[in-house]
Parts: sequence; C-alpha cells; structure tokens
Amino acid sequence: MASSQASRANHVLNTVVNAVAPWVNPVIDYHALAPEMVLAAGLCVVLLADLFMDESRKWILSSLAGFTLLGAMLPVLTLGLHDTDVRSMFDGRYVVDNFSLVVKALFLLAGYVVVLLSSNHVEEDEYWRGEYYFLLLSSILGMVMISSSRDLVSIFVALEFLSIPAYMLAAWRKRDIKSNEAGVKYFLLGVFASAVMLYGMSLLYGVANSTLLVDLGKSITATGSLSSLHALGIVFVIVGFAFKVSAVPFHTWAPDTYEGAPAPITAFLSVASKAAGFIALATLLFVAFPQASDVWQPFIWVLSALTMTVGNVVALRQTNIVRMIAYSSVSQGGFVLMPLAVAGINNGGASALRAVVVYMLIYAATNLGMFGVIIAVSRKTRSAEISSWGGLFSYAPGLGALATIFLASLAGIPPLGGWVGKFAAFQSMLTSVSGWGYSLALIGAVNSVVAFGYYGSVMREIWMKPVPDGDTTPIRIPGSLKLALVFTAATTLVLGILPGVAMHFGDIARLTSAFGG
Amino acid sequence: MEMLRDENWVLSVGTFLPMVGVLLLLIVPKANDQLIKMVALFTSIATLAVGVFTLFKFNFDQAGSMQFVAENKWIPLIKSSYFIGVDGISLPMYVLSMVITLLVVIYSLNHIPSPGNPKAFFILMLVLQTGMAGTFIAQDLILFFVFFELVLLPMYFMIGVWGGENRQYASLKFFLYTMFGSALMLVAFLALFFKTGAESFAIPYLVENGGAIARNVQIWIFAGMFIGFAVKVPMFPFHTWLPDAHTQAPTQGSVILAAILLKLGTYGFIRIAIPILPEAAKAWAPYIGGLAVIGIIYGALGCLAQTDMKRLIAFSSVAHMGYVMLGVSTLTDFGMSAAMFGMVAHGLITGMLFFLAGSIKERYHTLEISRLGGLLTQMPRMGWILGMASMASLGLPGLAGFWGEFPAILSAYNPADGLNVTVFRVYMVIAALGTVLAAAYLLWLFQRVAFGEPKAEFAGGAHGADDHGSGHGHSQFEDVNKFEWIAWTPLLIAIVVFGVVPNLLFSMIDPAVHGILAGFKG
Repeated sequence: MASSQASRANHVLNTVVNAVAPWVNPVIDYHALAPEMVLAAGLCVVLLADLFMDESRKWILSSLAGFTLLGAMLPVLTLGLHDTDVRSMFDGRYVVDNFSLVVKALFLLAGYVVVLLSSNHVEEDEYWRGEYYFLLLSSILGMVMISSSRDLVSIFVALEFLSIPAYMLAAWRKRDIKSNEAGVKYFLLGVFASAVMLYGMSLLYGVANSTLLVDLGKSITATGSLSSLHALGIVFVIVGFAFKVSAVPFHTWAPDTYEGAPAPITAFLSVASKAAGFIALATLLFVAFPQASDVWQPFIWVLSALTMTVGNVVALRQTNIVRMIAYSSVSQGGFVLMPLAVAGINNGGASALRAVVVYMLIYAATNLGMFGVIIAVSRKTRSAEISSWGGLFSYAPGLGALATIFLASLAGIPPLGGWVGKFAAFQSMLTSVSGWGYSLALIGAVNSVVAFGYYGSVMREIWMKPVPDGDTTPIRIPGSLKLALVFTAATTLVLGILPGVAMHFGDIARLTSAFGG
Repeated sequence: MEMLRDENWVLSVGTFLPMVGVLLLLIVPKANDQLIKMVALFTSIATLAVGVFTLFKFNFDQAGSMQFVAENKWIPLIKSSYFIGVDGISLPMYVLSMVITLLVVIYSLNHIPSPGNPKAFFILMLVLQTGMAGTFIAQDLILFFVFFELVLLPMYFMIGVWGGENRQYASLKFFLYTMFGSALMLVAFLALFFKTGAESFAIPYLVENGGAIARNVQIWIFAGMFIGFAVKVPMFPFHTWLPDAHTQAPTQGSVILAAILLKLGTYGFIRIAIPILPEAAKAWAPYIGGLAVIGIIYGALGCLAQTDMKRLIAFSSVAHMGYVMLGVSTLTDFGMSAAMFGMVAHGLITGMLFFLAGSIKERYHTLEISRLGGLLTQMPRMGWILGMASMASLGLPGLAGFWGEFPAILSAYNPADGLNVTVFRVYMVIAALGTVLAAAYLLWLFQRVAFGEPKAEFAGGAHGADDHGSGHGHSQFEDVNKFEWIAWTPLLIAIVVFGVVPNLLFSMIDPAVHGILAGFKG
C-alpha cells in the first residue's frame, strides 16, 4: 500500500512539474559556487571536529573557522581575476558578478575579523565553541548567498539563512538574562519583519507572475504604470528590510540586542548582518524596481532622515559604550540609505550604488575595530560604562590611540577612512541636482557634526579624564585580538589616505542588470 | 597660469617629513624623554631645512607662478588628484609654519605642560605640522580639505589634554565650531565641482571655469565657503571659540593656533573663495569688510575689558585678523598684499606674545593682570621683550606689524571697481580708529604688567601663588632662560627685519596676488 501511495504521489508530482516546464538539468558553474561550497564544507568540518575532539584541543576550532573563511576568499579572488565578468545560473536567479564578489569579500573578511575577536572571548567565558563557530559560519554563508541572489525566493531563503543563526548567537550567554532578552527581542522582531517582507513579496509575485527580480521590473514596464499592488508590495518589502538594517522607526530591537549579545556577535550584527540587509535592499531596488523610484524614493528619504537624526540624538544620551555604538550604527545606517533616496533622479543609480558599497566597506573596518577596542578594554574594566574608559590613554596608549582612530573615522574626520564614505554619499546627493538631494545632504551635514558630540565624549574620557578607580595596570591583549585591531586600523587608515582604493572597489562593483539595463 | 615643475619632490618631502618623525617617535619607549625630545627636535630642524632649501630654489622672478608643481593620481574616480605647488602667497606661510613648529619644539624642550607625556605631545605637534604645511601647498580642493581637517584632532587634544582649567569645554567648542564650518565648506566644494561640469577639483581649473557659474549660484556657494573660512579666521560673529581656546590652550598650542591655524581661514579666502568665485566675491565684499571692521572695534573693546593677559592677546587676534580681512575685502592688489603681510606679521608677533604669556604664567602662576606688575624690575629682559612685542602688535612703524595694518587701512580708501567707495571709506575711518584703541589696550597692558613695583605677593621672589614654594621665599625669578632665548630670538629678528625691509616679503607676495585677482581685471 505504502509503495503504491508513494508512486501515486510521485506521479502527481511529475505531472505538475511537467505541466509547468520541461525539466532541464541546471548548468552549475562550480567555480562560481566555490566560495559557498568551501564555507559549507568548512562548517561541517567544524561541527564534526567539535563532536569528536577532546575538550582540551578545541581551541583549534577558531583556527578552523578562520581558515575556512580565508579559504573561501581564494575562489573569490580567482573569480575576480578571471575574464568572465558575469556568471549567471538558474535562469538568472543566482548571479556572480563583480558586485557580488566585492560584497562577498567584505562578508568573508568581516567574518574573519569577527572570528579573531571571538577566539579569546569565547574560550574565557566557557561558551560552546563548536556550535558558536558553526552558527557564525552558517550566518556568513547566508550573507555570501544573499549577495548573489537575484530572485525573491533566493533572497528570502538567504536572508533567513543568515538571520536564524544570528538569533541564536545573540542569546548565546544563556545564563545572562540580558543576553536572553537580546536573543528574544531580535528573534521576535526579526520574524515579524520576515513575515511583513514575505507578504510584500507575495503581492509582487501576484502582479508579476514571477519571482525573478528582472521580471518584476519588466512587469512594471509592460503595464506602463505602477499598480497599487506594486506599490504596496514594494513598501512592505522595504519595511521588512528596514527592520534588518535597523532604520528608524524600525530600530527598537537594535540597542537592547547589541547590549545583551556577546561583544563579538554585536560587532558581527552591527556590521555584517546590517551590510547584508543594505546589499539585498540595493539589489532589489536597482534590479527589480528602478522604474518605481517614485514610490520608494520619498519613503527612503524619510527613513534616512529619521534614522540619522534619531540615532544621533539618542546616542548623545547614552552612558554605556555598547549602547552608544549601537545607536551610532543606527545613525550610520541613515547615511547608507541617504544616496538611495535620490538614486532614481538624474541617473544617480550608479553613483548611489557606489556610495553604498564604499560606505559599507569602510564602515565595516572601522566599526569592527571599534568593537575590538571595546572588547580589549572590557577585559580590564569589566564594565561597559563610558566613564570606565577614563584615562585610558595614560595606561594603555596603544588602545587609546586606536580608539581615537576608529572614533574619528566614525565621525568622518579626514584623513581617517570614514570621511571617504561620507564624501561618496554627499557626492551622490549633489549629483541628483534636486531639492530632495540638497535637503537630505543638509540634514546629513548637520548630523555629522552632531555625531561628534558623542564620539568626542568618548575621546574626552580616553584622553582627558582621570582613571576612575586608579587602577593603571596595562591591558594584556591576546594575539588574535591584536591582529584584528592592526588589520582594521590599517584598513581604516589606508582607505582614508588613499580613498582611490575604496572608490575603485565601489566602482567595479557593478550590479548586473541594475537600473533596468 | 604657468607651472614650473622642477624639483617637484621638494614639497612632498617637506610636508611629510614630520610624519617620519612621528613613526620614529612611535617606536621610542615612552620613558626615554631625552631621545623623544631629540627625535622631535631633529625632525623639525630637518623639516625647516627642507623649507629653507625650497626658499632658495624658489624662482623669485616668477613668484606669481606655481612652482615645484607635482601632480599624481589620488582619487581618479572623483577626479581629485594629489596636486601640489607653491607660489608667492603660499610660500611664506608654508615656511612660517615650519619655523613656528621648530621654535615651539625648542620651547617645549623644557616646558612640557602638565600632565607631561612628551611623546604624545610631540607626535601631535608633528602631525599638526604636516596638516598645516599641506594646507598651504594643496592645489586640489579635496586635498586641501583633508589637510585642513588634519589639524583639527591634534589641536583638539592639545587643548583638551594639556590645557588649563576649562580645557574640555574649550576644546569641544573649538572642535564643533570648526567642524560645522568645514562641513558647509565641503558641501560648497562639491557644489562648485558639479557646477563647473564635474571635471576636476584642481584649483587652477576651477579658477578658470568658476567665473562662468551664474551669479546667484556663486553667491550661495561662496556663502558655504565663507562660513567655513570665517570660523577659522575667526571673523565676528564666529569668533567666540577663539578666546576660550586660546586661554585654555597650553602655550605651544596658543602659539601655533595664533601663528598658523588662524591663517588657514584667510588663506582659504585668498586662494580659493575669491579667485574661483569673482562675482560672488564682489557681492560679498562689503559684508566681509563690514564684519571685519566690527571685528576690529569689537576685538579692541574686548581687549580693554579683559583681566587676563592671555585672553587679552586672544581678543587682540580678533582685531588683527579684522585688518587682514579688511584688506582682503577690498579685492585690490594693494589690499591683498597688505593682508598677506598682515598674516605673516600677526603670526610672528602674536606668536611671540603668547610665548611671553606662557613664560610669565610659568613664573607667576597667574596671568591676572591686576596681580602682575613690575616685570621690568624683576625680569628686565623679559619686560623689554614684552615691550617690543606690544609695540610691534600695535603697529609701530619700523616693526613688522605696521606693514600689515597701515596698508590694509589705506587700501580701503580705494576698493576694487564695482565696490561702493563710500562704504569702504567709512570702514577705513573706523579701522583707523581701531588702531588708536589698539595702542590703548596694548600700552595699558604693558604699563600694568611691566611698570611700577611688583605686587606684594611676588615682591619676595618666586613663591607667592606657588603651592610648593612655601618656606623658600627668596629665590629670584629667573629671567629669560636659554631655551626661551633660542626660541624667541628668531621671531624678534624677523619682526625687526620685516619691519625695516618689508619688501623682502612684498616682492614675493605681489606677483602672486596679481594672479589671484586676474579674474577681476577682465
């Protein structure tokens, strides 16, 4: 009986499949998929090694995770050097182009730095190491996938792939009530956002009869005008992403989650996970809806203005450094959104996309570095209060100087990296030659001055205040953390002094079939 | 404009040599004070040596042309390049920045302000030097902006860490004012870029093409730059950060601030805002002139009301920069040359005055004018130097200050074509009245500080307000010591030499000024 039922089911499935389209084996470009495959293999190895390895030798796991990420970088490099510009698979649902390669490199390197930040942190606090790195790698795999996804379904799957491990990682310190709060808040709001987004996607599928992003664009051009369903779908999808990138007013989860999660995970969330949201949003807007810019531009304009202003104003009042950086990263998100708000005016798409990529690259290096310093300092002070940073420069001049570099870069002061990102964003605003662009640029300019208020207050603690408890024992920084700090600081400096490098990567990151092309 | 590209490595070496010193300092252990001081000293000597070499190689017959021009790719995507060069306007400021840094380093050899840490102090000073020199050689707006901003953080820390009681407030105020100005300036630069066809950020290119921008657009772009530069100068009403910053900064910080940093603003007007946007400059000139004379009178009245010597000198800076801006606002060769001269002279004289204030504070532990007195009887050498610096500052003929002030006033008699002559003549009269006030506050200062007998609390010697010196009340005040002599003599000589032979400087400035104002002739 069972077998006949199974064969019947099989038969039904076959007829359905045959009715839709004749089955053709997809062409799989293994070279193009190599980074994903290395990551997938690596995360299996980590999990298995954790299972069979003696407890005393588990420190190897962090090295394994690190090597996996660097190993995945190799095919990204070979793909980048190869002549083939665009490798499109599955009818254009998964595309490896220069845009996705640049972004993949960003995720992999950011992931590597997070592993470096994690290794001592995780060991000293008795975390479950194997699962920690397994989940971290899974999340990074999701990010690597999202940068190539050009289809509503694959974007959604990749987004969940990167989010679900992140929910668990946020709640990793399971005996700490704050960490539990972090995980639960993040999870609840995250799935809520996913649901909203999925609803929007279903509306879009309804009007376009396809999930392929390019087809969505065509469905707008074909009818000649936007239907209200289109508009509704677009708005819902943007709202979903607004949660992911913690844009105001959808940001409320971010500070609590950032404060409660283990510090390296906070760094990961505020950089990589956020970048993934922006990248997917940009892909959607530029590939699927370049013609619908009238719908999303005003919406994003408002989001951007609110995000940078509210993030800044609230950050000014924080006394906890992690919460302050959390709000600062909310505000920085407003600057990433800024060029998107005028991307459809005066052929501004290319320069807006470049600004987004450049900003993400520099912001990633700087913010990861800042978290590196926070982790190093909290090893001594065991506190995240800004006041505990008093006199840091007097007893740990190296860390003090590094913190200054990162804070100044976040504030956008030349010659440190951050200014290049801000510059690219402002440039893109002015390219639009429109009131929308000028007004938002003005709001951005005022905000970047206001932001110095809180970045400067941390610098003041570091340089000008006395050591609060008089304890001036130097801080011992473990090797891997040192490596992470040197790497991020060097990147921040080099990109600031030679902005051409960042701009170059921003420019080669051409998104295939973007802007309706 | 003609460009001379010989020996084009000179400027880069001179500008970035201090960074080599910074790298060396980074590896010297913090405890090794002597080595740290030696590295800083030799770096600044070497830097000045390169500066002097530049001066010798400079072709004075073609002071109006850009020389030592180097042009390299920097950010090709936004069409910004590493484009540097100097002409007769930049060169004096470029070399002055090196001289001042060296003198300040010498002074610091035995005057590291509390809380010590010479390593960080010298590193910041050398970074500051690179920023200052770079600003004067940059011929690309983005490059200019980066150097212009590079000086911000070191100065912020210098005031905030090594400053006086109120240092944190003063340093933050300084930072926020300047940063707000430069944010608007950057937006103005970008607008300029797009309005000239998004071709290049190079200043010579923009000078050629900026004039074609519609007049009302020019006026808006100029407004952005105006705020950026005016905050730095500082012009009334953007000056309020200056008295706080000067009063709270350590001596070294005050000297650098007065001698070089303020000039970044006026230099910006002369190099960028005016030549690129001639129409807007004409429209703005009467207002700039008006604010300048308000600054002269306001600064002078402010001086008369001060009870703190350092704060008084700070307010006198507001007044003196008023003369410089008055000269700039006339848009004439004569006025611009006077302004340039005024910048150098003010740098030398006010730098000197701040040095003196620092040394007096070190000895008396106060700068409260009412508590000082009898400097001439207690420390005659220092007293006479103060006298000379005050005379120079009030514009006594024969000293450098005169040639900045007097021609600037005179130039307002006959402003450029198209400007309202009556208005400028009124300015001239007010500015001339300002010199009387200047004489009043400086002579009064000198009288109160140097004449008469020392106040009772200091009469016995170096104890008084000194918290540690109680019990040993009979040690005498040390007159000018050898570090001070070495640091000050060059300034004093320069003040006299430029006062007697002003043509040394004018002959360098004049041809370059003609180039700047070329846009107004046609």
